Amino acid sequence: MNISNLLKVAWDAILRNKTRTLLTILGVVIGIASVIAMVSIGQSSSQSITEQVSSMGTNMIMVMRANQRRGGVSMGSDNSQSLTISDAERIKNEAKFISYVSPSVSASGQIVNGNNNALGSLQGGSVDLLKIRKFELAAGTNFTDDDVNKYSKVCVIGQTVVKNIFPEDSANVINVVGKDIKFKGIPLKIIGVLESKGSNSMGQDQDDIMIAPYTTVQKRFLGNDYLQMIYCSASSEEVADQAVAEVALLLRENHKLLDYQDDDFEVRTQAEMLSMMNSMTGTLTTLLAAIASISLIVGGIGIMNIMYVTVTERTKEIGLRMAIGARGKDILMQFLIESAILSLIGGIIGIILGLILSYVGTSLMNMPFVVSYTAIAVSFVVCAATGVFFGWYPAKKAANMDPITALRYE
Amino acid sequence: MNEKTTNDGSVVNNNEAIIRIEDLKRDFIVGSETVHALRGVTFDIKRGEFVAIMGTSGSGKSTMLNILGCLDKPTSGHYYIDGVDAAICSKDQLADIRNKKIGFVFQSYNLLPRTTSIEQVELPLLYNSSINAKERRERAEHALELVGMANRANHTPNQMSGGQQQRIAIARAIVNDPVILLADEATGNLDTRTSYEIMSLFQKLNEQGVTIGFVTHEPDIALFTKRQVMLRDGKIMKDNLVETQSAQAALDALPASSDY
Ligand SMILES: Nc1ncnc2c1ncn2[C@@H]1O[C@H](COP(=O)(O)OP(=O)(O)OP(=O)(O)O)[C@@H](O)[C@H]1O
Ligand SMILES: [Mg+2]
Repeated sequence: MNISNLLKVAWDAILRNKTRTLLTILGVVIGIASVIAMVSIGQSSSQSITEQVSSMGTNMIMVMRANQRRGGVSMGSDNSQSLTISDAERIKNEAKFISYVSPSVSASGQIVNGNNNALGSLQGGSVDLLKIRKFELAAGTNFTDDDVNKYSKVCVIGQTVVKNIFPEDSANVINVVGKDIKFKGIPLKIIGVLESKGSNSMGQDQDDIMIAPYTTVQKRFLGNDYLQMIYCSASSEEVADQAVAEVALLLRENHKLLDYQDDDFEVRTQAEMLSMMNSMTGTLTTLLAAIASISLIVGGIGIMNIMYVTVTERTKEIGLRMAIGARGKDILMQFLIESAILSLIGGIIGIILGLILSYVGTSLMNMPFVVSYTAIAVSFVVCAATGVFFGWYPAKKAANMDPITALRYE
Repeated sequence: MNEKTTNDGSVVNNNEAIIRIEDLKRDFIVGSETVHALRGVTFDIKRGEFVAIMGTSGSGKSTMLNILGCLDKPTSGHYYIDGVDAAICSKDQLADIRNKKIGFVFQSYNLLPRTTSIEQVELPLLYNSSINAKERRERAEHALELVGMANRANHTPNQMSGGQQQRIAIARAIVNDPVILLADEATGNLDTRTSYEIMSLFQKLNEQGVTIGFVTHEPDIALFTKRQVMLRDGKIMKDNLVETQSAQAALDALPASSDY
């Protein structure tokens, strides 16, 4: 029997049993749809992380205070005071692979203007902080070195702060430039408004930000001159690794650490963060896909189940086909093709459903919609394989029937 | 005109035996016992014959017909169909013989559910790769015409009476132009009138040259054939020619009251 006739025979049988067809493909539809949805959502979240991180600047290097452990007891990073302004200056003056440096401190408190208020934090940095963190100004200006030296009461605010504190100006942010805003009771003059960046992969609103000279934050809000972090920018992505090594060396020197002493700081690059986050989402995606595959296996067993019942139910038909000249191989192929077609139809519907689900899911979660062609291709192959694998046993049973016994079957 | 060209193109003599069985035995082993269903049967069927295979229940009629139809193999002996010894054929070769040389009609019609008549009749040709879709359709239409069911081509079995279903089954059996048409109790499920109609159809096909082997245990049905082979206990008891009656005449003679 040639292949087109086999297809016709199998297809006719599928059309003759519409209810069975629907029930059989249902399991596969659910299995494939969940695999596609899980993989797509996983991939889209990792893509959104990548986008966020690179929007933050892939050249960015963060120097943080190390968690100092004394006698096995973590002192917590807030207690350590190992980063100072001299560290930042040393990096700025001596590091060859670093183009921008900004100390970083922050204070949290109430932001108030008239009746509007919100809880927020004030970030302190140098004039280079905006460049390092890739913030653009939508209106007004950045503060100057002079503002840093004089710890001026000025600030640059993000769009969310405008929305919350100056709701009437949110359509026209230029209006807030020049106005005063109170942070922890102290009025700061708004000199600039940042362009919107949206929320990052962790769901954090990057526009809920207020930036002032670090000296202002230190002197007026914190009352000390330690740094929480130092932001640097490598002169290019290629030299990021060298820049990290250089920064570490300078800091060890500045902190007068002896050879046997561990670093009392940590240097992190965005690339590291990226790969860390990606491996996290990767693990999650794999886990979800693995769970989803279980439903695919259940769907496959459903096919086997129904095909098995079908073979018994259609024993007489098998006998008749044999009596009019079907070989065992023809019967085997017919049932295999039937189950392969069933699972392929299920697969196609499942893929469409999975894509719809992941589209809805990603747009609800504010993530880019990624079509995973690999997942689609793999599902397709898995589907056909499922059909053949789980159809094999029932088909073999059909093919091995004795025609006379099959014809007599009631 | 004593010659005819067969499917495979060979020219054969009209009086040649197209079926020859020699000392055919078939034993069934049931548990520790052996049932001798056929105990050495020898006979020929010639082209154009219409043979009734008769006998009481359990005499081996179906067993014999299954072997003739290449659905079963004898325990010993020879079975030549169209010159080929089916007793030594492989399963696949037997399937090919069934597909190209044999037409089967069953007591319970054995039509596929939810399938139109034309598709039922096309079915055997689907298993023959040398026949394309167009030829398949034409031959199926022709077969439906021969059994008088051309107007039912798109009907499914549940839309037809038993007699009509059996006609479709007969069309399916002759669509491959078989060497022999085998029927096992083909009228067993039908009332008298419909049985006669079917017998009349068989007679018509036989007149057109179809060789028929026909199992029945009803003597009045056997009267419509040309020859009776009587089996008892797996052996031939009697093998004689019949004074053939016309099924159409019998049909006409039926009283109108038997219609209900
Ligand atoms: N598959 C089988 N296994 C065991 N014994 C069988 C088998 N098939 C047939 N027989 C036996 O062979 C003998 C002949 O059976 P067969 O079916 O040929 O009879 P039959 O003449 O067709 O009878 P009926 O008119 O009732 O159909 C019986 O004794 C039956 O029990
Ligand atoms: Mg019988």
